[in-house]
Amino acid sequence: MTTVDVVEATPSSEPNAAGPRDTKLAATANSTARRAKFLKIGGPLAVFSLFIGFWYFAHHVLMSDSKKPLVPVPHDVLDQAFLTWNIERGTQGSRTGGGLFKLLESLWSSVQVAGLGLFIAIALGLLLATAMSQAKWVQNALWPFLIALQAMPILAFVPLIGTVIGFNFKARVIVCVIIAMFPIVANTLFGLLSVDKGYHELMTLHGAGRFTRLVKLQYPAAMPSIFTGLQISAGLSVVGAVVGDFFFRQGEAGLGRMINLYQASTEYEQMYGAVIMSAVLGIAVFVMFGWLGRRIVGHWHETRSN
Amino acid sequence: MTKTVALTATEPEAVNGPALVFDNLSMTFPDGTHALDDVSFSVDRGEFVTVVGPSGCGKSTLLRIASGLETHTGGTCDVDRDSIGYVFQDATLFPWRTVRKNVELLAELHGVPISSVTDRIDESLDLVNLTEHQDKYPKQLSGGMRMRTSLARSLVLQPEVFLFDEPFGALDEISRERLNDELLSLFKAKNFAGLFITHSIAEAVFLSTRILVMSARPGRIVADYQVPFSYPRSHEIRYEPEFADLSGKISHDLRGAHP
Repeated sequence: MTTVDVVEATPSSEPNAAGPRDTKLAATANSTARRAKFLKIGGPLAVFSLFIGFWYFAHHVLMSDSKKPLVPVPHDVLDQAFLTWNIERGTQGSRTGGGLFKLLESLWSSVQVAGLGLFIAIALGLLLATAMSQAKWVQNALWPFLIALQAMPILAFVPLIGTVIGFNFKARVIVCVIIAMFPIVANTLFGLLSVDKGYHELMTLHGAGRFTRLVKLQYPAAMPSIFTGLQISAGLSVVGAVVGDFFFRQGEAGLGRMINLYQASTEYEQMYGAVIMSAVLGIAVFVMFGWLGRRIVGHWHETRSN
Repeated sequence: MTKTVALTATEPEAVNGPALVFDNLSMTFPDGTHALDDVSFSVDRGEFVTVVGPSGCGKSTLLRIASGLETHTGGTCDVDRDSIGYVFQDATLFPWRTVRKNVELLAELHGVPISSVTDRIDESLDLVNLTEHQDKYPKQLSGGMRMRTSLARSLVLQPEVFLFDEPFGALDEISRERLNDELLSLFKAKNFAGLFITHSIAEAVFLSTRILVMSARPGRIVADYQVPFSYPRSHEIRYEPEFADLSGKISHDLRGAHP
């Protein structure tokens, strides 16, 4: 690939093949493609640089001397939270411990909570949506409560859930499920119910029952909206795992718990590290489900092909 | 349920009795809309009957009754429901299935193992000239190709009665004429009983053996024409005096049929 580019870009070395004009055209096309590629990566990179620049600006200019520790510079965060492997608790003046090892440990704990929470939310969500798509009365019976689940400030219920179930892994997962389930139910139900009447009539004409209709028509047709729901829910499951963590003091510490601890012990470099890690987890999960969606429905669905 | 599979093209021999009979049919919807009134006609195998009429006169309702999607409120409708091909206004292809998989759909729904109808699927694809496009997805097809896929899908079940509900209404003129040609060759190859609905008088005259003109709601048959052309038909017949004459008469009837 690269060798071809080089050949096309140097016309004099290839006298017999394409004429100089064609070569010139190819070179122009090449540079246009390269420019588009550059802008695609360069644009976000520029915005990111601006953000980092603002971070330094905030540290050096906006913060008074006494407040500077609250906004540590990016390279200190990088150095102490990501490039240092492990700071044992109580050593190097650290009251909580730190470094990449601690960060990965808490990340793993959050991933487990978010992963299991999301899995249960998906299973339960698909089941509920399917049941609701089968009979109007089921839909009418369940819908208000799903709306309520979505509308109520779930974090206000976290202490309650903790008190009843215990401030442990199980409770963390339950919070996650409650936060992540609604988009799956809503999007799946929407997908299952918005199949055109013409398709249903085709199924009716050829004697398809409920089950055949679901499997051959409704689920495949709902796939794009199911994936939209999955993507939103996956992001929410991370939010649930991290934010719910603030309340839980037992078991392995997740990212939210670490943010809390570092804040209390004023180890701000480590705290920023944990914040960044939770952002990375959220983004990774979002990108992963987007990719999965494109892989599965991109070849036939119009808007997911790119 | 599973029908014996005859892989040879059905011979154009007379079968006992018409394939589709409407007798004194009437239809009133639950909301009081009187859609059809005293409609009587029959379609034999080897006959291609087209119904033309003003919008909303109940033409489509006729097909929906024949197929069993609606139940009529008066008279009788006699047809073998297991042997109906129904081509909708939309191609109603499943976008997640390739052309070939779409053509396999009806056999799947009827519980026929696909391996036993491979030949028929190949033949159907071939009849509508889609063999080389069989692995494409509907989003990669033109409107005409989608409609041809829809036709092939119905052909696999080898229906005796074919119902067409304005299938080419959304296509451009060139595609429509091409599909008219292809439909006629299918008709000659399979010798089904065709009942076709359209707004286009030229399409009706070009395709049919017989044309029925329907009045505005409640739909009644107000005129009945035999088409004097034999098959195969070339596009040249569109410029013959009889073609213009018949088109003129139907157009006149339609104008009278409007309220």
